[in-house]
Amino acid sequence: MDLPALGNCVTSLSCIITQSTSGLIIGMLLFLVAAGVSLIFGVLKVVNFAHGSFYMLGAYLTLTVYGVTGSFLLAVVAAAIGVGLFGLLFERLIISRVYGSQVLMQLLVCYGVILILDDLVKIIWGAEFRSLGMPDVFLKPPFLFGGGVVPVYYLFLIVLTLIIAVLLGLAITKTRLGKIVRAVAVNPGMVSALGINTGLVYAGVFLLGGMLAGLAGALAAPVRSIVSGMGLSVVVESFIVTVIGGMGSVAGALVGSLLIGLVRSFGTIGFPLFTEGLMFLLMAVVLVLKPSGLFGRET
Amino acid sequence: MSKGSDTRRHRRDFIKTGAALTATAVAGFPFVSRAQNKPIKIGMPTIQSGRAAMVGSSSRNGCMMEIEKFNAAGGLNGRMIELIARDTKGKPEEAARLSRELVNSDGCEILFDSESSAGAFAIHEVAKDLGVVVMHMNTETSSLTADPKLRVPTAFRASRQGIHDSIAAGSYAAKIAKDKGLKKWISCSPDYAYGRDSTALFLEYLKHFYPEVEVVGEVWPKLYQPDYTDALTKILQIKPQAMYSCLWGGDLTAFVDQSTIYNLFTQMESFTINVADYTILTAIKNLPKGLHSSNRYLSTFPKSEANAKWAADYRAKFNEYPITWSWENATGTKFILEGIKKAGTTEAKKLADAIRGMKIESPFGVDGTVTMREEDQTLVNYAIGWGQTIPKDPFMPDVTAVDWKVIYELETAWKKKNNYT
Repeated sequence: MDLPALGNCVTSLSCIITQSTSGLIIGMLLFLVAAGVSLIFGVLKVVNFAHGSFYMLGAYLTLTVYGVTGSFLLAVVAAAIGVGLFGLLFERLIISRVYGSQVLMQLLVCYGVILILDDLVKIIWGAEFRSLGMPDVFLKPPFLFGGGVVPVYYLFLIVLTLIIAVLLGLAITKTRLGKIVRAVAVNPGMVSALGINTGLVYAGVFLLGGMLAGLAGALAAPVRSIVSGMGLSVVVESFIVTVIGGMGSVAGALVGSLLIGLVRSFGTIGFPLFTEGLMFLLMAVVLVLKPSGLFGRET
Repeated sequence: MSKGSDTRRHRRDFIKTGAALTATAVAGFPFVSRAQNKPIKIGMPTIQSGRAAMVGSSSRNGCMMEIEKFNAAGGLNGRMIELIARDTKGKPEEAARLSRELVNSDGCEILFDSESSAGAFAIHEVAKDLGVVVMHMNTETSSLTADPKLRVPTAFRASRQGIHDSIAAGSYAAKIAKDKGLKKWISCSPDYAYGRDSTALFLEYLKHFYPEVEVVGEVWPKLYQPDYTDALTKILQIKPQAMYSCLWGGDLTAFVDQSTIYNLFTQMESFTINVADYTILTAIKNLPKGLHSSNRYLSTFPKSEANAKWAADYRAKFNEYPITWSWENATGTKFILEGIKKAGTTEAKKLADAIRGMKIESPFGVDGTVTMREEDQTLVNYAIGWGQTIPKDPFMPDVTAVDWKVIYELETAWKKKNNYT
């Protein structure tokens, strides 16, 4: 524990700016994965433990498309669409068969898919870790704000993810499709009785969740190691976010992700040996005070 | 006794002897012949799946470089080497179980330990229990061979050692620090046994050679942590003059990629001990200029025809760059094979006696040779050097060799301090 260092940091503008943006950066990528996890759980009541593998697939697809075309934009779009379609297939062919089953069965199916995908990427892309490298357009000196440092790529990442978060939030709360998704989350039987194909809604949610995870993998590719099994740590943090933010809530996923990001960025200064523990502590506090999560619906 | 009965007895003896010879010829000689041609099985528990799967592939490739030469030359009186690799998944308990199985069920006479340090200790115990020769080829944990309480007469180590690397690193870094006046240091290493031990030893020897050094911060990211933003921003806040890191593998590439966009490497001298291995050097797309690193494996150091040829042969054979585990496993295999030739047998005690103290020609040695030091059955005189990176091949053009006299002297003191003598 280094409370004097934390005290110095929160009284220094440069430290606040640097650590806050650091928290935003960590939180934004986490949000993209966690939003999918939260939506899928909220609507389908499925604990999609394989969501981290979607993120991994996004990173590998980006690596390939960027390697072939040299266009990072194209690679990001291809990864989002590709993983979205994979999510759709995953829902139709695999996970739809265990709807209504015990959580243990769903976890078992997801774990099987994780193992298969981890081996598949090793066969296709090799067992060794890969690195995309920073696209030339972002190879610029970092911005300096009030003594704080923000790399150009991270600024792009923060802005893009915030736009996606706002659009996603509006789509869920303001559009007819969003209302249907929310209705299915609450009472799928009633929605079905009203003539809406709930199976299609389920598939659509997996498509969306897959796209978000693919996008997260694509955006992570220039700065993270691309390796078989890379999704595991992300999916664990995503579940923490989902518990903190509340199941099925996009706003909850965003706030939860940012909280985790900030806890890690400031925690590493004040509690360098207990940063991971702080995240779980935060989750425990939320569970005690508001078991449904900060933005979760009380049942 | 009559003459007739003597004759009959001789005839009976002759028939018996003839029958015995015939039986031997029919059954015995092929048996002897089969024994002579029976392969020498070597069991290799190693990591073949998961994030560290390349440990297994590069280790096996290194072994095969030597085994194929040995077999092509006729083996040991016609007995060829058969390498049986099994996947431990990086789990020590699995490494122990597979080691027993390889010896007891598969009939392996020798064990190649190509595991992580945790697995190596488990395999070490199995070798002690079963009395077979084991060659540790990846573990860098010094105590395995330095601690007399752990010593096993049939266990050897052909890999680099943490203590050797730390002394070399401290000596090199102190010289740079003195020249440039780098007194404020920070460390950023993985939060597990290797990271903590390596960092503590490095700082100890850095201060030994340059006592003015002050450690102003420590950052301990978790093993396999995907994001280093929090660590990097903390380092930037502290503003040290120099940084030491023993991050490795994919963690190191992610760290370098993320540090680059923060311009971290332009703000301090960085001593990233594990960068100069081709896995890292080729994986990082924008390799920064000027990172200080030890040679994990470089085809240009030692600068010899033998080393360059070995690397070229390896690349031609496996279509990939050799890495540190490749040379270590090739070296360990060569010790075993030379030992078998010298002892003329695979019998554990005789083989161990042959290997103990053995000096072999090696492309990875300081003077073209490496030695299996008799006193602690560990590899010495392998080339250790430090240099600075450039973004393109040869990646580290000028490597300064570290003097083994310094390493021996401080290693002896370290052993005394730890009651290892």
